Amino acid sequence: MSDVATMGTIRRGLALSPELRTGLAGTIGLAVLQMAGRVAVPVAVQQCIDHGINGPSGPDTGVVLGYVAVTLLVLAVSTFCGFLMTRRLFTVSETALGGLRSRTFRHIHDLSMLHQQSERRGSMVSRVTGDVDQISVFLQTGGVQLMLATGQLIVSSVVMFVYSWQLTVVVLLAFGPAVAVIRLFQRRLASVYRTVRERSGVLLGVVAESVVGATVIRAFGVAGRTEKRIDVAVDDLRAAQQRAMRVSVTSFSSGEIGAGLALSGVVVVGTLLGVGGDMTVGRLTAFLFLVTLFIQPVQIATEQLNEAQNAVAGWRRILDVLDVDPDVADPDDEGVELPAGPLSVRFRDVSFRYPGGPVVLSGVDLELTARRTYAVVGETGSGKTTFAKLLTRLMDPAEGAVLLSGVPLTEVRFSSLRSRVVMVPQDGFLFDATVAENIRFAVPELTDGQLRDAFTELGLRDWLAGLPAGLDTPVGERGEALSVGERQLVALVRAYVADPDLLVLDEATSAVDPATEVRLQHALDLVTRGRTTVAIAHRLSTAQAADEVIVVDAGRVVQRGPHSALLAEEGSIYAKLYASWLEQTR
Amino acid sequence: MSSGTGNDVLLRGLRVLGRAIRAEPRLFIVSSLGSSLFGLLIVANSYVVGFLIGHVVTPAFAAHRVSSAGLAVAVAALLGISGLRVASIFARRLGAGFMQFRLQARYRRAVTRRYLSLPPEWHQRHATGTLLSNASSDVEAAFAPIAPLPFAVGTIVMLAGAMIALFVTDWVLAMVGVALFPALFALNYFYSRRMSPRQIHAQRMRAKVAAVAHESFDGALVVKTMGREADESRRFAVFVTELRDGLVAVGRLRGVFDPLMESLPSVGTLAVLVLGTWRLQNGAITVAEVISVAFLFTVLAFPVRAIGWVIGELPRSVAGWDRVQAVLSAEGDLRYGEGDLPGDGPAELRFDRVDYRYADGPPVLAEVSFTVPAGKTVALVGATGSGKSTIAALALRLVDPDSGSVSLDRVKLPDLSSAALARATALVPQIPFVFDDTVRGNVALDRPGVGDDQVWAALRLAQADRFTGGLPQKLDTAVGERGASLSGGQRQRLTLARALAGRPRLLVLDDATSAVDPRVEAAILGALRRAGTSLLVVAYRRASIALADEVVYLHQGRVVATGTHQELMDTQEGYRALVTAYEKGEA
Repeated sequence: MSDVATMGTIRRGLALSPELRTGLAGTIGLAVLQMAGRVAVPVAVQQCIDHGINGPSGPDTGVVLGYVAVTLLVLAVSTFCGFLMTRRLFTVSETALGGLRSRTFRHIHDLSMLHQQSERRGSMVSRVTGDVDQISVFLQTGGVQLMLATGQLIVSSVVMFVYSWQLTVVVLLAFGPAVAVIRLFQRRLASVYRTVRERSGVLLGVVAESVVGATVIRAFGVAGRTEKRIDVAVDDLRAAQQRAMRVSVTSFSSGEIGAGLALSGVVVVGTLLGVGGDMTVGRLTAFLFLVTLFIQPVQIATEQLNEAQNAVAGWRRILDVLDVDPDVADPDDEGVELPAGPLSVRFRDVSFRYPGGPVVLSGVDLELTARRTYAVVGETGSGKTTFAKLLTRLMDPAEGAVLLSGVPLTEVRFSSLRSRVVMVPQDGFLFDATVAENIRFAVPELTDGQLRDAFTELGLRDWLAGLPAGLDTPVGERGEALSVGERQLVALVRAYVADPDLLVLDEATSAVDPATEVRLQHALDLVTRGRTTVAIAHRLSTAQAADEVIVVDAGRVVQRGPHSALLAEEGSIYAKLYASWLEQTR
Repeated sequence: MSSGTGNDVLLRGLRVLGRAIRAEPRLFIVSSLGSSLFGLLIVANSYVVGFLIGHVVTPAFAAHRVSSAGLAVAVAALLGISGLRVASIFARRLGAGFMQFRLQARYRRAVTRRYLSLPPEWHQRHATGTLLSNASSDVEAAFAPIAPLPFAVGTIVMLAGAMIALFVTDWVLAMVGVALFPALFALNYFYSRRMSPRQIHAQRMRAKVAAVAHESFDGALVVKTMGREADESRRFAVFVTELRDGLVAVGRLRGVFDPLMESLPSVGTLAVLVLGTWRLQNGAITVAEVISVAFLFTVLAFPVRAIGWVIGELPRSVAGWDRVQAVLSAEGDLRYGEGDLPGDGPAELRFDRVDYRYADGPPVLAEVSFTVPAGKTVALVGATGSGKSTIAALALRLVDPDSGSVSLDRVKLPDLSSAALARATALVPQIPFVFDDTVRGNVALDRPGVGDDQVWAALRLAQADRFTGGLPQKLDTAVGERGASLSGGQRQRLTLARALAGRPRLLVLDDATSAVDPRVEAAILGALRRAGTSLLVVAYRRASIALADEVVYLHQGRVVATGTHQELMDTQEGYRALVTAYEKGEA
């Protein structure tokens, strides 16, 4: 990354968290006061030597005690300032970064399905955890050190200049080459650290395979192959880390050489100046102390480079997410409510394509009557799932419009849309909580009694009774304590209590165990009763039971009508689909 | 860790360091020698500076003339020390860094070796995320104190050297060191004791934030369709705030420690000035010595912090080490025999009175006996939880039965070598697993005798040749992590091809074609029957069941009946109910 881009990221990162600037002047002021303590000691040394030790009347403990007392006071104040500064810094930065976590979290939820799907789950989690942590580590260690070091550099330069401009020139000349070398190395360092980060990413991927694919690796007896892949990744990472270490040490030691040159230069030139009467022993000694203060900042700057880059990289990844506009946005206050009562659906010449991808749906023009049930059928990839996503406004069409009871979806307030239109997704995702809490996810205020009623109304009372702790049974991570079919049952009850006017079902493709299947079908019949229902159907039974079947093929609606009527159209897509279904059940 | 006292953690942390040193003694010695040299040079440098001020600069100022010889010595001494310091820094940092990286690499290998060696049963008991962090962040944490360790060792040498130098110089000035050094140690010690519970708490909150985010993003579709974004954000914010508070608590403590740690040595310098002047008045010491000692306390400050870094990392290190050890010491490896399976062609699979239960759960299988005759197809049918997947795992010896035996062509599975078993059998699991590799790599898995011809033949058999042929680089196309660029059905067919490419003598399909279009599934199963292998199929779809030569009907871990589909339909009411119930769902 170029320096300009890096600076740009940092600037935007800071702009993103304006809280970081709260009380910044105060924090910097405290840091400067803390620094004063560091410089106070060399100054005290100079004063003590020139006026106390080498004083006119020989060593004078009283004079020295006076200087030391004052310096101790300065030191105490600066230590206290250091405490206040660190506390402020942590409070301000953690508050700001906590806000950044929450904001990014919400933004990710606000992104459309399209964008959520294009990111891996793990990397979205990193946006609100690891990436923010990296910024925090940098702000609190590297950032403080850099800030203190810079202050130290400036303050000690000023003091040195006051003591002797000639010696200051000597010090600058001695460090000049070192600083140049360090700057040269910084570019190398940036690239080797980047390699380290990339390779640890690769390693993590390979290790993940050995965990997730453990069964397959064993079944095929290919552990040796995986071992080799891991070994290569482990060694690649180690080689990169060692290279980074070599570059970093070389760069660091050039500062060390600078310090040696500065010390000896100061001694030589200082002595020559002193012989001429332009220098006292105390001042020269103070200079030697100050040189050690001068070298640290330069070295710290190199040391913090990796963390700084990690932080910048973290910031950039967060910015990349925040920069994506929630393209399917809530019209909010400018939006309208859906009209009360059952909802009808109208697709007006709707087309959809994924950005840079082929057309998924084109020229879909449909009207669906309120309170009727519709089954959308078609082969995998025909566009029927896209149809469901457009209908629930998980995505917006590229062209045309979707209207509910005459109102364009894009104008409907989300609060109204989500309470009236509910989708039951394929995988029936459940949260790691109890059955009751999962259903309350839809309507938080429901009592246990009402929840039990809902199960009873859907004919699931005995199923609920069969659970180890009834409503309070924990469903496990992702609901995995339940079978696939049972998860769908709970998801269905969740949709039922939401009491929507338009229900969109995305049927699961995977097979469910037969006993659960029967319950599911029965419950489904009851849930759909009296509502406008659109089911993305994978089962023949669903299509047969629907008032109307809509056949999608290659992104177009090719047939529409009751099951029996469509079947009569010989050689039609639906007839073929039906034939293959039938073949299956024979 | 949180339950252990601070001392306990310290002790155990030191033990971890001891093991690390024993593992990499050479690097540790090199870096510690370098670091010790560095420490002694700091002491030497102070004395050289003091000497130059006292014996070169002061006389020169007083006499208004300077000896060029004296200056030359001064420059040579300072540059010499500087050169040696550079060398010692290289030894210290490269030694420490390489030691740390080598240890990390070694333990990453060891941990992942265990992953590959431990049985699936063990894997089931551990969350993927935990195992991933065992191999990455836990290994890193375990050896985090290694980086500053040699520096800390060198610091102790430096402090010892400084004490000796101080006592040689003047016993009164030495008292400053006697008071200061223990104070520095004590401060470090109390800091790390107070810090470790705070850091552990913060770490726990961090994990919680990650867990909530992960779950929430996992269920993003549900959150969206229920319009619960704001509620989820509120739920998340609660943990974010707790994490913030935890981290601020860490910061408060650091706010006390950091400035104190910096100021204490300065107090030492000031004390030296006072005491030095007093001793100077008494004529006990020289100006050079006062300056040397004052300078010494100034430069000591920084290295002493290295001890704090090591101590500060110990709690994290112990926690990481414990988790790594838990993996390394895990038991339950399957031991393989030496034998090979004689003959070739389809093999007969026989289950003989097999019992199985998970660790301390209820029995999963009881007295299960059945046979898959060579070259025949047998379907396992039963409700969820009847033990079908367990039978599939037992057939490939992914687990061993508690009692009874599983044999292939009359050879008991534990007598077979791992290679022989892998050659003879193949599994297509419920959830397809695809490697981050090319199509060829995924199907062939570098197995001997599986060339491109075999790969294409297997792809054809699995009905996967069409879509593979359409890929931009055919067999060389990379499929991405977990086969991200493929659809669910494509992934299943790819894993099926992988199983077929090794020409197994027994093929086990654990509901392996669920995401495949029914028509395609029928074609695949038809082809498999002609592929010259014995076939054990866990099936739901009736068409798949009907294709089997024989059906084993399971109920709650027991074989209820065995026979053809028609026989079972005629005689077993439970079976009929199960299959027709499913049919109602399907048709």
